Parts: sequence; structure tokens; C-alpha cells
Amino acid sequence: MPTFVYMTRCDGCGHCVDICPSDIMHIDKTYRRAYNIEPNMCWECYSCVKACPQNAIDCRGYADFAPLGHSVRVLREEEKGTVSWKIKFRDGREKNFESPIRTTPWGTIKSPQDYSAPSDADYKSQELAHEPDALNIEGGLPVADPNKFKQGAV
Amino acid sequence: MGLFGGRKTIRVDSDVLVVGGGMAGCGAAYESRFWGRDKKVVVVEKANIERSGAVAQGLYAINCYMGMQWNENQPEDFVKYASNDLMGLVREDLAYDIGRHVDSTVHKFEEWGLPIMKDPDTGRYLREGKWQIMIHGESYKPIVAEAARKAATEVYNRIMVTHLLMDKRDPKRVAGAAGFNVRTGDYYVFKAKAVIVAAGGASHIFKPRSVGEGMGRTWYAPWSSASAYGLPIQIGAKMTQMENRIVLTRFKDGYGPVGAYFLHLKTYTQNAYGEEYESKWYENTKELVGDYIDRHPVPTCLRNHAFLKEVANGGGPIRMVTKEAFQDPHKEQVGWENFLGMTIGQAVVWASQNIDPKETNPELTTSEPYVMGSHATCSGAWASGPEDYAPSEYKWGYNRMMTVNGLFGAGDASGGTPHKFSSGSFTEGRIAGKAAINYMDDMDDTQLDEAEIQRLEEEIFQPMENYDVGRNEIVAGTVSPSYILPIHALQRLEKLMDEYCGGISANYMTNEPTLNRGLELMDMLKEDSDHIGAEDLHRLQRAWEFKHRRLASESVMQHTLFRKETRWPGYYYRGDHMNLNDDDWHCFTLSQYDAESGKWAMEKAPVYHIVD
Ligand SMILES: Cc1cc2nc3c(=O)[nH]c(=O)nc-3n(C[C@H](O)[C@H](O)[C@H](O)COP(=O)(O)OP(=O)(O)OC[C@H]3O[C@@H](n4cnc5c(N)ncnc54)[C@H](O)[C@@H]3O)c2cc1C
Ligand code: SF4
Ligand code: SF4
Repeated sequence: MPTFVYMTRCDGCGHCVDICPSDIMHIDKTYRRAYNIEPNMCWECYSCVKACPQNAIDCRGYADFAPLGHSVRVLREEEKGTVSWKIKFRDGREKNFESPIRTTPWGTIKSPQDYSAPSDADYKSQELAHEPDALNIEGGLPVADPNKFKQGAV
Repeated sequence: MGLFGGRKTIRVDSDVLVVGGGMAGCGAAYESRFWGRDKKVVVVEKANIERSGAVAQGLYAINCYMGMQWNENQPEDFVKYASNDLMGLVREDLAYDIGRHVDSTVHKFEEWGLPIMKDPDTGRYLREGKWQIMIHGESYKPIVAEAARKAATEVYNRIMVTHLLMDKRDPKRVAGAAGFNVRTGDYYVFKAKAVIVAAGGASHIFKPRSVGEGMGRTWYAPWSSASAYGLPIQIGAKMTQMENRIVLTRFKDGYGPVGAYFLHLKTYTQNAYGEEYESKWYENTKELVGDYIDRHPVPTCLRNHAFLKEVANGGGPIRMVTKEAFQDPHKEQVGWENFLGMTIGQAVVWASQNIDPKETNPELTTSEPYVMGSHATCSGAWASGPEDYAPSEYKWGYNRMMTVNGLFGAGDASGGTPHKFSSGSFTEGRIAGKAAINYMDDMDDTQLDEAEIQRLEEEIFQPMENYDVGRNEIVAGTVSPSYILPIHALQRLEKLMDEYCGGISANYMTNEPTLNRGLELMDMLKEDSDHIGAEDLHRLQRAWEFKHRRLASESVMQHTLFRKETRWPGYYYRGDHMNLNDDDWHCFTLSQYDAESGKWAMEKAPVYHIVD
């Protein structure tokens, strides 16, 4: 289902252009509104649909295998921390789903430099940041025994 | 120069340069900052790291988690599982390394706010299978990107990296990267002391099953453009296991994943007549691969093999039996949310075709092949192993350093390490990040070659020149005698790989004469690559994505030609060597490309196993 944009809803803000991983949402120079310039490189990832403040973007199933008349709509609410979906079948049946998206407030992740600096010995060790503590195990980082490596088929 | 006469050259100095801000790239940025407090860490990404890479639409599971804290699995178990699934050929030193670190990554994800489902009885992470845990992962990538943005000194979005740059004084050492801004058209030159390539895997190497408008409906993302292979191959980094492409059994047309269905919902497959079919092909598979068929779990490729045999034998379509499981409302919910969380297109296909898995058992299909290094497959760069235990043949420097000095790889870029998935790719980025800091602390600064930078600017923007000149020859339209469009080039590549290197229309079959003919055509496509016409910056990005895909594809062909056996039936078949042959081929295949001569040098490297 490549995306398309409803003419009357889009205000040309460009959020979809900014986010599309495939670089295919572009602003039309005449209408100053967004459209999908390369539907056959759309992954239906819904990144642009979720990002559009006007709900102007929708998807219509790929013409080569999806019959008309369906819809899959999404509403992602960062403040509420949820994403909601409404699936409509070609024959009119509906299904609704809602999932959490994040358990902490946005922007609260600590930068690695906010943790105390590692010691010189840590640099040459095999431990990564926050290890061994973050592994939640006793006995430290596991190490393979070099003598166990045996060449060939087993 | 026309429209682009005003192009600027932008120079960016860095210590660590991370190419690609997907899962591995974000991990690399995080770890580089942790160890390199005063270092300049730069991430360069062709899209926007907020939603880039294979995890752009989210994931519903983390497929690599040991659970060492509850003694669910140990790194050794992971090594055995991965090696078994890849028919014995895994860099076990690297796999062990992923296994021992990956839990700390996942615990960090949870702390950052990723909703991980819990088992209400035990309070542990809810298991989908032995290795997978279930998440509400719609915002997986935005969460990971937030951590990377906090860690990096600078993130450059919308820069397509086209080349890696070598050190002027040391031609064996990488010194930076070049590319262009897809929005402004500016030329970007990055200098670095160490470069970590984390540019993801490769879709659209082989012709996809979908045609026309649906062409982008591939299993791996259409923006997985093989840059992780094209970039290092160009500068002579050795690659491994490039023949080990993956074919996936997935729900038809939408390519919705089947993992949760098999493992969590306990659905199963049957042929068109309601029969179990895998055991029918047991003897046939045993003839090809011997005892490997008796391993548990049955290797992914061998399950594909049974599927292909059954369909070729007239037993299709193969269906997933969902009707029973979906009567349970909880399972129904998981089944749908699984798609909405990571492959929304599958929900759309079912809605459009009135497929309610509660009432209809949906069809499965086998996909076109993909080249990547983090799923049940391990194509990628040949990299140095962990300092504390890797066998000497695997250890020439710093962990995850490729065979070019200062060049590191992680995630799909790094070879020999399957089953890393999202969490393992992020973890490998972390491993490479720390190693890169250690490397640069031991080394002098790098120096770029100004003449090379000038030459590359011309080469990078040449497709736009080609278009500007060539389009004046014709009235209008897409057909020109002097250039081809990026989409033309891509479709020729896909067709060539499909027909000559074991794609869907060849039933995954090839042989030496077919490959040799394919390589002749590949040479001509290589020549034609200099005659791509790009109308605008977006097409210029497509032109360079194509060039990276083409180089990666050539490497896939060379590797497929070199390995004279069928190691992974169900992924591809060498018709002239239909059997697995452990005597001659229980080894890795390595290739090295020489850009000057255009020649490939192939060699074997030993496999080491961790045995009890
Ligand atoms: C449909 C699907 C389902 C999956 N399911 C699961 C699952 O359930 N659980 C799980 O753990 N894993 C899953 N995976 C696998 C997981 O997504 C990958 O293993 C992981 O994303 C690989 O990480 P990476 O960093 O190597 O690549 P990516 O995450 O793809 O990142 C590559 C990055 O490089 C950038 N890039 C590429 N080329 C260039 C260039 N030339 N210049 C600049 N930037 C560039 C890309 O834009 C991208 O941001 C799934 C993948 C898919 C597609
Ligand atoms: S659905 Fe994804 S690929 Fe398609 S236009 Fe939107 S953001 Fe781009
Ligand atoms: S995000 Fe929505 S409103 Fe903004 S340009 Fe795109 S389609 Fe138009």
C-alpha cells in the first residue's frame, strides 16, 4: 500500500519529507503539498503517516496484489504513550488495536558521558559500558576458553 | 554544471565516523562516546536516524536475548544454535562475543523506555521462543535514536555516503568518507581516525516477487542498499560468506514474519490437502546434506527446502494453520499486533483480500533472496575477533576491525555472525565502538588526499551530468540512447541475479556455466554504470544505491562460483554440485576485490568450533 496525500488536508509542512526513510515523500512545486514520488520504493512503513500532523496521508494497497476497499489507519500519541490502529476489511469488517510505545518520558535517556568515566584498566578489558553490572549476573563477563576452539567439521 | 554550479564542499572533521545510523550505528555512537569522552563522534545517515534502517516501522520482538540472569541460555548455547542453523559455518568467536554482551544491551533498552512484555507468572521477559522476547516495539527506533543523538557530537541526516577515503600516507588505512547531501546537493567530505560501517543489508539484489507498484514490498527494507558491502569492497576489504544469501518463508505478498506464529501462537504449516509435508522430504534432504537434517532445531534453509520440494511436487499452496489458535482472543490480538508492530503491509494485504486468520488459513511463500548478515544468514566483512580468546587466524588487530586498518563493521556489515538481529546488531556496534576508540588512541592522525577528493567529486555527480547532456538528444520520456535511469539499471541487475545466480524464476538454481554467463553480463552492466542519468538529487541517491548493490552482487556471484557445493539447500542450489561436501568446503569463503584491475581474489579460511 503505497502512500498518497489528500489534497484538502495537507498544508505542506514537510514532516513527511523529513522522516521518510526511502526519500520518496516530496513537496509538489505547483501545489506546495506533499506526494509520493516513487510508490514502487515505498515499504508501507507508515513513518510518514504517523508523522503527519494533519492526518493527510493514507495508504492504498499495492495495485499488483491488493484489491481496493480496505484501510489501515494509525494514530500515534506520544503524550499518551500509545499507538492505535483501525483495520477495515474490503467487506467492511473492522478490527481495532492499541499498544504502548514507551514507558519513560521522551527525552529522558541519559547520555553515556553522564555516567562516571571508566578507569584506564577498563579500556583494555573486554567489558562494554555499564558491564558487568548491566548483565545482572554473578562472576563477571563470560569468557570463552581459547583451548576449546577446534578446527574443522563437528 | 547548470543547476548545481552552486554546489558547496563541506568538510567535517571527526575522530570516529559512523556510517549508517541504524541499530548497529546507534550502538556504535553510544559506545564510542562512553569510552571516548573527549572524542568527536559523528554519525552520517542517508535518511533520518529517527526512523531509518530495517527497524523504521518498529519490531514486535527482540530476537537475540540470552537471559543469563535467569540461566535461560549461555553464550555457548547461542553459538551452537547459530552454527547449527548455518550448517556449521559460523565465526564462533564473534557469535560468542555477541552472546556474552547482548543482555546488557537489552537491559539498557528497557531502562530507556522500550516496553518489554513480562511473563505474569515469573516476572521475567515474556519469551516468544528460546531466543526471542516480545516487545511493544513501535518506537524501538526512535528510542534507540534518542540515545544515539545524545551520545554523538553531531548527526548528519540525509547524506548518502558513496565512498570511503584512504589515508594519504598509509594506503592500507581508512581516513574518512565522502558523499552528498540529498537535499542541498552539497559535497560532503568527512575525515576520521576510525570509520565504523553500519549501513545495513541488501534488498533488491534479486528480482522480487512483487511487480510494478508493489516492487517496494520486499521483506528487507527497500532502502537496505548494500552500502555496507559496496563501501568496504571498493577499498579492498575482504568479504566472507557472500554466497550465503537468505530466502525467507513468509506470509504471501505482505512478507509478514512467521516467528511469533510458529513459536508463540503454536500455529503450523500444511500443504493444500491438509497434510504435514516436511517429513515426506526427509530422505531426499538427507541425501543432500547427510546428518545435518537430524539437527535440532532443523536448519532454516532445510525447512525451506522441504517447502520448495512440496510446491514443485504440486502440493501448494502451503498454508499456515491459524484457525485453531486464533479462536483465543489473546492469540488473535498478538497475531495482528505482531504485524502492526513491524510489517504493517501484511495487515493491509489481509484486509484487502478479506483474510481473517480466524476463518482462513493464510498462504505462505518463499521470498526472493536477500544478502545481509544479522538474520539466519551471515554475509559481510571478514573481521578480527575478540582480543581475549579469538584463534590467531581470526585476530589481526582490534575487535571487529576489517582487513583495512581503522575500518570497523557491525550489524549486517559484519560477516560470519548470524542471528544477531536488532539487539545483537546494536551490541556489535558497541563492540566496534569501543575497539575504534582503543585503535585511535594507539594511532596518529590521518591525512586525506586532496587529488582523490577532487576526482571523487566529479565521479559522484557524474550521473547528473550524464542526464543534463543526454536529455537534450531526445524529445521527452525515459528512453535515451546515451544513458539509462537508475531504475533501469536496478531492474537489469535484479533480472540478471535472478536468472543467473539462483533467484525465484530459476527456482534458486544455478551452476558454473550459468554463473559465468551471468558474470559476462555483469561486466557490461558495470560498464553501463558509468552511463546512468540522474534527473535530480533523489535519483542521484538511487544511482549510488544501485552502484553499491551492483558491486555487492558481483561479489555474491564470485562467491557462489567459488563454493563448489550446495551448503544451504533451500537458499540456493549449485546444480553441478548438489551435495554438501564437508571434506572440501567446511570452511569460510573470502574474497578481495581490486578496484584497479577489477579482479577478485578468492580464498578459503578455516572454521573453528567451540566443542565441549
Ligand atoms: C521485516 C523485518 C522483521 C524483523 N524482525 C526482527 C525481530 O522481530 N527481532 C529482531 O531483533 N530483529 C528483527 N529484524 C532484524 C533487524 O531489523 C536487523 O537485524 C537490524 O536492523 C540490522 O541492523 P543494522 O544496523 O545492520 O542495519 P539497519 O538497522 O538497517 O541500519 C542501516 C542504516 O544505514 C543507513 N545507510 C545505508 N546506506 C547508507 C549510505 N550509503 N550512507 C549513509 N547511510 C546509509 C540506513 O539508512 C540505515 O539507517 C527484522 C528485520 C526486518 C526487515
Ligand atoms: S510509508 Fe514509509 S516508505 Fe512509504 S512514503 Fe511513508 S515513510 Fe516513505
Ligand atoms: S506531513 Fe502531512 S501535512 Fe505535512 S507535508 Fe506531509 S502530508 Fe502534508
